This record gives sequence, C-alpha cells and structure tokens, in this order.
Amino acid sequence: MDKATIRATIANRVAKEFKDGDLVNLGIGLPTEVANYVPEDIDVTFQSENGFIGMGPAPEAGQEINNLTNAGGLPVTIFKDAAFFDSAMSFAIIRGGHLDCTVLGALQVDAKGNLANWMIPGKKVPGMGGAMDLVTGAKKVIVAMEHTAKGDVKILSECNLPLTAVGVVDLIVTEMAVMKVTDKGLKLIEINPEFTVEEVQAVTGAQLIVEDDLIDMK
Amino acid sequence: MKKISTVEQAIANLKDGMTLMVGGFLGVGAPELLIDAIIEKGIKDLTVICNDTSFPDKGVGRLVAHQLVKKVITSHIGTNVETGKQMHDGSLEVVLSPQGTIAEQIRAAGAGLGGVITPTGVGTVVEEGKETIELNGRKYLVELPLKADVAIIQANVSDHKGNLVYDLSARNFNPLMAMAADLVIVEANKIVESGQLDPNFVHTPHIFVDKIVEGGKNG
Repeated sequence: MDKATIRATIANRVAKEFKDGDLVNLGIGLPTEVANYVPEDIDVTFQSENGFIGMGPAPEAGQEINNLTNAGGLPVTIFKDAAFFDSAMSFAIIRGGHLDCTVLGALQVDAKGNLANWMIPGKKVPGMGGAMDLVTGAKKVIVAMEHTAKGDVKILSECNLPLTAVGVVDLIVTEMAVMKVTDKGLKLIEINPEFTVEEVQAVTGAQLIVEDDLIDMK
Repeated sequence: MKKISTVEQAIANLKDGMTLMVGGFLGVGAPELLIDAIIEKGIKDLTVICNDTSFPDKGVGRLVAHQLVKKVITSHIGTNVETGKQMHDGSLEVVLSPQGTIAEQIRAAGAGLGGVITPTGVGTVVEEGKETIELNGRKYLVELPLKADVAIIQANVSDHKGNLVYDLSARNFNPLMAMAADLVIVEANKIVESGQLDPNFVHTPHIFVDKIVEGGKNG
C-alpha cells in the first residue's frame, strides 16, 4: 500500500465510528484527515482545543484569517453555528466528559490501552499539549496510525516510552486492522482483506485475540 | 484611573527575574508590540507561563529566541527549536504540563482557589513529585495555582475602561491570564470610547485590566 492509500484507509475507517450529534476532537496529522470521510447523513461537530467548536475544512488559498487556526496553527474555516471560548472552557469540554470522541496518533499503544504519544526521551520532547487531557476526558479514544513505524512495532504488550495516560485507549485503527482494547487484551475485530491474521500478528507486539466474529474492515 | 498608555509606560515596571504570563496559542492572540518592547528593553531572567513557546519569530517564542527566559512553564515546545536548544544546553528550565491543567491552574489563581484536582497526568511523569488524592475511587493530582507578577495579553477591542472583546481563536489563554497577575497589560487592536461595547458581550470585565496599549499587529 502506498502512503496515500494507507492514510485514506485509516481515515475512512475511523470516520465510521462517529454517530449523529457527536462532538469530536481530531489530532494533528493523519487524524485531521478523518474529517474528509464523515458520512453525509450524520451531523458531527469538531472541536479545536485552542478554543472553539464548529471547525470546518482548510480555507481556499487567499481566504485565510490570521486569528482562525486549528490547534496545529494551520488556517481553518468555521461553520455558521460555531462558538468560541477560552482555554479553560475548552478543557472543561474535553476533561468534563462532553467530548464524544478523540482521535490521535501514537508512538506506542499497548494491550492495556496505555498510550505513549508525547515524547521520546533524549530525542524528541515536544510536550504533551492537550493530549493528556483529551485522552483522559473523552468518552471514546481512538488511536489512528500506521500499523508500524517503518517496520518498527508500535502496538505492544506494554509501552516502554513515557505514557500520555494509563488505560485510556478504546480502539486502534491501522491500515491492516481494527483492534479493540478489552479486559483480556487486544481483540482483532476487523481485518483488511489484503492481509492475513498471521501477517497482522507478525507486526504486532501483543498477542491478538482472534474469535469467530472477526470481519473484513469496514 | 487612566489606563491607556504608551507601550513604554505600560512596561515601565517590568524587571529582570519577574514571572510573566504571555497570552497566545502558537502565536495567535499574542501581544506582539509588548513583546517587542520587552526585547528592546532587554528585560531578562524571566519565568514565563504560556500555553506553548510558539515559533522563534512569533509571540512568546521571540522572548525565548532572545534568551530572555530562564524558566518556562508550558504545554508544548515542539514548534520552537530555540526552546529545545536552550533546554538541552541547560540555559532554560522547561516545565511541561498538560494544557488543560495549565489553563485551570491560571484560572484557579485568579479565582482564589487553593489548587486544581485533576485526573489528567495520573500514572505519567506529570505525577512525579505531586500530591495525589483519591476521591470516590478515582485518583487525582493536586496542581497548585499559577500566578504571575505581570500578564501581557492581547484583545481585539478594549474600551477606555478596559472591557475586552477577543477575536476568534485569539482568545485562548488571554481571559484567564487577565485574572491571574498583579499587573495586567492588554494590547488591543482597537480602543473605543466607553459605551461602544455591548455589556452583554464583554469577554473580560474591566476590573482585571490595569494598562491598555494600542496594538495592531494581530488579526
């Protein structure tokens, strides 16, 4: 699979998790692309943690407004029913359980639902930004990422990078599969028919639970 | 009390070593003229509280790039190579904290609360050295209020009294910081006569504002 296909596959699948009326926060990078795949028959509101709900797509060239950016600092648009607020309100929404879903990338994620996505000691220390609050407060936490990092395993039995939060991840969506975090471990619930279970397991550092209800990736 | 002043008058009492809050989110909603003036005057050894350290050429990031900051409490430094560089060579102390926690710590200081009890950061390095408490079976971190000597913030419109209205996503930390410092200086894109703002739609009431300077670099 080429990069564009991988990203489209993941973004398209994540968008199927949303329900009509959901408030959703999308992380920087691949998660942002999920907005392009939301089914037209449902109404989803996007939150931007720098202080508004009702975020729309990027503006046409020349239509950018300096004071209207997403949490990555990139120009965005808003829908007519958007609302702005300060950072305390923004994180009250996030932490207070008012956010139905957050979609983030990960450096590592493990079978217990632990997430590491904010630093690599000695190498890269960008900071956690709003990620710790998002995964702690959102009703549903979806990790959307490529299954491996240039071949390195990212889905593990236990993360070894500093954690963003403990036991918060609900669903992992990659180009190969959809995995659910359960009390017993990671359950493979959907698989991209281009791959076999053995192929997915070979690049996964945690034992996948495979049962009869495994279906093709939606 | 006359609050409108020149940039020079507004920052006249800023001194080396002070704790300074700076509004803005990746530079959006940052008081650029006030930052210019601090750089010009070379006020240094600052402890800065801000959401992120922006970019080397934008907002609070410029204070870092000019090596005027000795300690920064922030949630994100990834867009400013200068912050990373100074952190590694030991000239800048960086305290990273979750964004929602910093927002609420600032609000707590302004609201007279003794701290914030938050589930964010439990089980991570953020927990290290902090008091934890368990309430109704859930573990929380106790985060103390964040207060500053001076807050420099940015608004879209201020009236002569200091009632403020922000613009779009430039609001972010500005209203919170307005509540949490001994001296609050606002840089407003536009200053209007009292009575020109609809009291129903004032974002920050004037009692929090000490000095108003006319800006114009934002928005």
